[in-house]
Amino acid sequence: MSDTIVMTYEVPADDFTRAGEASSSVKRKLKQMGVDPELIRKVSIAMYEGEINMVIHASGGTIEVIVSPEEIEMILKDQGPGIEDIELAMQAGYSTAPDNIRSLGFGAGMGLPNMKKYTDEMKIDSVHGVGTTVRMKVQL
Amino acid sequence: MTVDDIREILGAKYIIGEEWKAREVHTACGSDMMSDVLAFMKDQSVLLTGLCNLQVVRTCEMMDIICIVFVRGKLPDEAMTELAKEKGIAILSSGHRMFSACGMLYEKGLRGGQPYRE
Repeated sequence: MSDTIVMTYEVPADDFTRAGEASSSVKRKLKQMGVDPELIRKVSIAMYEGEINMVIHASGGTIEVIVSPEEIEMILKDQGPGIEDIELAMQAGYSTAPDNIRSLGFGAGMGLPNMKKYTDEMKIDSVHGVGTTVRMKVQL
Repeated sequence: MTVDDIREILGAKYIIGEEWKAREVHTACGSDMMSDVLAFMKDQSVLLTGLCNLQVVRTCEMMDIICIVFVRGKLPDEAMTELAKEKGIAILSSGHRMFSACGMLYEKGLRGGQPYRE
Protein backbone atom coordinates (compact mmCIF):
# COMPACT_ATOMS: atom_id res chain seq x y z
CA MET A 1 0.00 0.00 0.00
CA SER A 2 2.02 2.97 -1.20
CA ASP A 3 -0.59 5.47 -2.42
CA THR A 4 -2.88 7.67 -0.40
CA ILE A 5 -6.54 6.73 -0.68
CA VAL A 6 -9.34 9.19 0.06
CA MET A 7 -12.92 8.11 0.79
CA THR A 8 -15.72 10.64 1.16
CA TYR A 9 -19.17 10.05 2.63
CA GLU A 10 -22.34 12.06 3.13
CA VAL A 11 -24.04 11.30 6.44
CA PRO A 12 -27.80 11.82 6.00
CA ALA A 13 -29.73 13.95 8.48
CA ASP A 14 -32.04 12.45 11.11
CA ASP A 15 -31.96 8.94 9.64
CA PHE A 16 -31.01 6.82 12.61
CA THR A 17 -31.46 3.51 10.78
CA ARG A 18 -28.84 4.50 8.18
CA ALA A 19 -26.31 5.73 10.73
CA GLY A 20 -23.22 3.57 10.53
CA GLU A 21 -23.33 2.87 6.80
CA ALA A 22 -20.26 5.04 6.16
CA SER A 23 -18.30 3.36 8.96
CA SER A 24 -19.36 -0.04 7.65
CA SER A 25 -18.11 0.86 4.18
CA VAL A 26 -14.76 2.07 5.55
CA LYS A 27 -14.39 -1.10 7.62
CA ARG A 28 -15.00 -3.24 4.52
CA LYS A 29 -12.50 -1.28 2.44
CA LEU A 30 -9.77 -1.38 5.11
CA LYS A 31 -10.24 -5.16 5.30
CA GLN A 32 -9.77 -5.37 1.54
CA MET A 33 -6.58 -3.31 1.88
CA GLY A 34 -5.27 -5.85 4.39
CA VAL A 35 -5.02 -3.44 7.35
CA ASP A 36 -4.44 -5.10 10.77
CA PRO A 37 -7.85 -6.19 12.22
CA GLU A 38 -7.19 -4.54 15.60
CA LEU A 39 -6.52 -1.20 13.90
CA ILE A 40 -9.59 -1.63 11.68
CA ARG A 41 -11.70 -2.12 14.79
CA LYS A 42 -10.29 1.04 16.40
CA VAL A 43 -10.97 3.11 13.28
CA SER A 44 -14.46 1.62 12.85
CA ILE A 45 -15.52 2.25 16.44
CA ALA A 46 -14.19 5.82 16.52
CA MET A 47 -15.77 6.69 13.18
CA TYR A 48 -19.08 5.00 14.06
CA GLU A 49 -19.34 6.99 17.30
CA GLY A 50 -18.65 10.15 15.32
CA GLU A 51 -21.18 9.22 12.66
CA ILE A 52 -23.85 8.56 15.29
CA ASN A 53 -23.06 11.94 16.88
CA MET A 54 -23.55 13.67 13.52
CA VAL A 55 -26.99 12.08 13.14
CA ILE A 56 -28.08 12.76 16.74
CA HIS A 57 -26.74 16.27 17.19
CA ALA A 58 -25.98 17.87 13.85
CA SER A 59 -28.39 16.87 11.04
CA GLY A 60 -25.71 14.84 9.32
CA GLY A 61 -22.57 16.09 7.61
CA THR A 62 -19.59 14.78 5.64
CA ILE A 63 -16.82 12.35 6.52
CA GLU A 64 -13.49 12.12 4.74
CA VAL A 65 -11.18 9.19 5.42
CA ILE A 66 -7.60 9.48 4.21
CA VAL A 67 -5.52 6.32 4.23
CA SER A 68 -1.78 6.86 3.75
CA PRO A 69 1.04 4.39 4.32
CA GLU A 70 1.65 5.93 7.76
CA GLU A 71 -1.82 6.60 9.16
CA ILE A 72 -5.58 6.68 8.77
CA GLU A 73 -7.10 10.13 9.22
CA MET A 74 -10.83 10.72 9.67
CA ILE A 75 -12.28 14.21 9.24
CA LEU A 76 -15.91 14.58 10.33
CA LYS A 77 -17.55 17.91 9.46
CA ASP A 78 -21.01 19.11 10.30
CA GLN A 79 -23.00 22.34 10.27
CA GLY A 80 -24.74 21.52 13.53
CA PRO A 81 -25.19 23.67 16.63
CA GLY A 82 -21.56 23.24 17.76
CA ILE A 83 -20.24 22.05 21.12
CA GLU A 84 -20.44 24.78 23.74
CA ASP A 85 -17.99 23.33 26.24
CA ILE A 86 -15.65 20.77 24.65
CA GLU A 87 -13.93 19.89 27.95
CA LEU A 88 -17.29 19.09 29.53
CA ALA A 89 -18.40 17.12 26.45
CA MET A 90 -15.24 15.00 26.72
CA GLN A 91 -16.16 13.86 30.26
CA ALA A 92 -17.34 10.24 30.36
CA GLY A 93 -21.06 10.20 31.14
CA TYR A 94 -21.82 13.79 30.09
CA SER A 95 -24.43 13.97 27.36
CA THR A 96 -26.90 16.44 25.90
CA ALA A 97 -28.72 13.76 23.89
CA PRO A 98 -32.51 13.74 24.34
CA ASP A 99 -34.36 10.84 26.00
CA ASN A 100 -35.59 9.40 22.70
CA ILE A 101 -31.94 8.88 21.68
CA ARG A 102 -31.18 7.20 25.01
CA SER A 103 -34.03 4.78 24.40
CA LEU A 104 -32.28 3.85 21.12
CA GLY A 105 -29.11 2.85 23.01
CA PHE A 106 -27.01 6.00 22.59
CA GLY A 107 -26.50 9.22 24.53
CA ALA A 108 -24.64 7.61 27.45
CA GLY A 109 -21.98 10.30 27.25
CA MET A 110 -19.37 7.80 26.06
CA GLY A 111 -19.13 8.80 22.38
CA LEU A 112 -16.36 11.41 22.52
CA PRO A 113 -14.38 9.56 25.27
CA ASN A 114 -14.54 6.39 23.14
CA MET A 115 -13.37 8.29 20.04
CA LYS A 116 -10.39 9.59 22.01
CA LYS A 117 -9.67 6.19 23.52
CA TYR A 118 -9.49 4.37 20.19
CA THR A 119 -7.44 6.93 18.25
CA ASP A 120 -3.85 8.19 18.58
CA GLU A 121 -4.81 11.80 18.00
CA MET A 122 -8.11 13.67 18.20
CA LYS A 123 -8.81 17.34 17.67
CA ILE A 124 -12.18 19.09 17.89
CA ASP A 125 -12.85 22.50 16.36
CA SER A 126 -16.30 23.76 17.15
CA VAL A 127 -18.00 27.11 16.76
CA HIS A 128 -21.33 27.64 18.49
CA GLY A 129 -24.04 27.99 15.87
CA VAL A 130 -21.70 27.22 12.96
CA GLY A 131 -20.62 23.60 13.25
CA THR A 132 -18.04 21.10 14.40
CA THR A 133 -15.03 19.44 12.78
CA VAL A 134 -13.50 16.40 14.45
CA ARG A 135 -10.14 15.14 13.20
CA MET A 136 -8.93 11.74 14.34
CA LYS A 137 -5.78 9.82 13.44
CA VAL A 138 -4.79 6.20 13.91
CA GLN A 139 -1.15 5.30 13.19
CA LEU A 140 -0.56 2.28 10.99
CA MET B 1 -17.67 -21.94 25.35
CA THR B 2 -19.29 -22.06 21.91
CA VAL B 3 -22.28 -20.20 20.47
CA ASP B 4 -24.25 -23.41 20.79
CA ASP B 5 -23.25 -23.81 24.47
CA ILE B 6 -24.73 -20.33 25.05
CA ARG B 7 -27.95 -21.33 23.30
CA GLU B 8 -28.21 -24.44 25.47
CA ILE B 9 -27.39 -22.72 28.79
CA LEU B 10 -29.95 -19.97 28.13
CA GLY B 11 -32.58 -22.25 26.61
CA ALA B 12 -32.45 -19.87 23.67
CA LYS B 13 -33.34 -20.38 20.03
CA TYR B 14 -31.48 -19.45 16.87
CA ILE B 15 -32.99 -16.60 14.89
CA ILE B 16 -30.12 -16.80 12.43
CA GLY B 17 -26.62 -18.27 12.35
CA GLU B 18 -27.05 -21.89 13.42
CA GLU B 19 -24.28 -22.65 10.91
CA TRP B 20 -21.88 -20.71 13.14
CA LYS B 21 -22.78 -22.66 16.30
CA ALA B 22 -19.30 -24.14 16.79
CA ARG B 23 -17.63 -20.72 17.01
CA GLU B 24 -15.74 -20.09 20.25
CA VAL B 25 -16.88 -17.24 22.47
CA HIS B 26 -14.25 -15.85 24.88
CA THR B 27 -15.96 -12.97 26.66
CA ALA B 28 -19.41 -11.44 27.17
CA CYS B 29 -20.96 -8.02 27.56
CA GLY B 30 -24.48 -7.27 28.82
CA SER B 31 -25.87 -3.80 28.08
CA ASP B 32 -28.69 -1.82 26.53
CA MET B 33 -26.40 1.19 25.98
CA MET B 34 -24.42 0.74 22.78
CA SER B 35 -21.76 3.31 23.73
CA ASP B 36 -20.96 1.21 26.80
CA VAL B 37 -20.59 -1.78 24.50
CA LEU B 38 -18.32 0.26 22.22
CA ALA B 39 -16.08 1.09 25.20
CA PHE B 40 -15.29 -2.61 25.58
CA MET B 41 -12.92 -4.09 23.00
CA LYS B 42 -12.44 -7.82 23.20
CA ASP B 43 -12.09 -10.64 20.73
CA GLN B 44 -14.83 -13.15 19.98
CA SER B 45 -17.47 -11.75 22.28
CA VAL B 46 -21.17 -12.26 22.77
CA LEU B 47 -23.49 -9.32 23.48
CA LEU B 48 -26.55 -9.79 25.67
CA THR B 49 -29.07 -6.99 25.25
CA GLY B 50 -32.70 -6.03 25.68
CA LEU B 51 -32.35 -3.29 23.06
CA CYS B 52 -33.68 -4.34 19.70
CA ASN B 53 -32.84 -2.04 16.77
CA LEU B 54 -30.55 -1.97 13.74
CA GLN B 55 -27.80 -0.09 15.61
CA VAL B 56 -27.34 -3.11 17.90
CA VAL B 57 -26.24 -5.12 14.85
CA ARG B 58 -24.14 -2.19 13.55
CA THR B 59 -22.42 -1.91 16.94
CA CYS B 60 -21.61 -5.63 16.86
CA GLU B 61 -20.29 -5.29 13.32
CA MET B 62 -17.88 -2.51 14.39
CA MET B 63 -16.78 -4.53 17.45
CA ASP B 64 -16.41 -7.87 15.60
CA ILE B 65 -18.87 -9.37 18.09
CA ILE B 66 -19.84 -12.84 16.84
CA CYS B 67 -23.17 -13.46 18.59
CA ILE B 68 -26.10 -11.38 19.89
CA VAL B 69 -28.49 -12.72 22.53
CA PHE B 70 -31.76 -10.81 22.79
CA VAL B 71 -33.12 -11.25 26.31
CA ARG B 72 -36.75 -11.13 27.52
CA GLY B 73 -37.86 -12.93 24.34
CA LYS B 74 -37.18 -9.97 22.06
CA LEU B 75 -37.08 -10.66 18.34
CA PRO B 76 -35.16 -8.76 15.66
CA ASP B 77 -36.87 -7.42 12.52
CA GLU B 78 -35.94 -8.38 8.98
CA ALA B 79 -33.51 -5.50 8.42
CA MET B 80 -31.58 -6.62 11.51
CA THR B 81 -31.43 -10.30 10.53
CA GLU B 82 -30.38 -9.39 6.98
CA LEU B 83 -27.52 -7.20 8.23
CA ALA B 84 -26.43 -9.83 10.78
CA LYS B 85 -26.40 -12.52 8.08
CA GLU B 86 -24.29 -10.33 5.82
CA LYS B 87 -21.82 -9.63 8.64
CA GLY B 88 -21.70 -13.21 9.96
CA ILE B 89 -23.24 -12.52 13.37
CA ALA B 90 -25.38 -15.24 14.99
CA ILE B 91 -28.60 -14.08 16.70
CA LEU B 92 -30.22 -15.92 19.61
CA SER B 93 -33.41 -15.08 21.49
CA SER B 94 -33.87 -16.09 25.13
CA GLY B 95 -36.87 -15.70 27.42
CA HIS B 96 -34.62 -14.95 30.41
CA ARG B 97 -34.15 -11.44 31.73
CA MET B 98 -30.76 -9.72 31.44
CA PHE B 99 -29.61 -10.35 35.03
CA SER B 100 -30.51 -14.03 34.94
CA ALA B 101 -29.06 -14.63 31.47
CA CYS B 102 -25.73 -12.98 32.42
CA GLY B 103 -25.64 -14.94 35.70
CA MET B 104 -26.27 -18.26 33.98
CA LEU B 105 -23.38 -17.72 31.56
CA TYR B 106 -21.09 -16.45 34.34
CA GLU B 107 -21.86 -19.54 36.39
CA LYS B 108 -20.67 -21.68 33.49
CA GLY B 109 -17.36 -19.84 33.34
CA LEU B 110 -17.90 -17.01 30.82
CA ARG B 111 -16.36 -13.71 31.95
CA GLY B 112 -16.66 -10.05 31.04
CA GLY B 113 -13.06 -8.87 31.07
CA GLN B 114 -11.22 -6.47 33.36
CA PRO B 115 -12.91 -3.73 35.42
CA TYR B 116 -13.11 -0.33 33.73
CA ARG B 117 -10.08 1.90 34.19
CA GLU B 118 -9.40 5.38 32.89
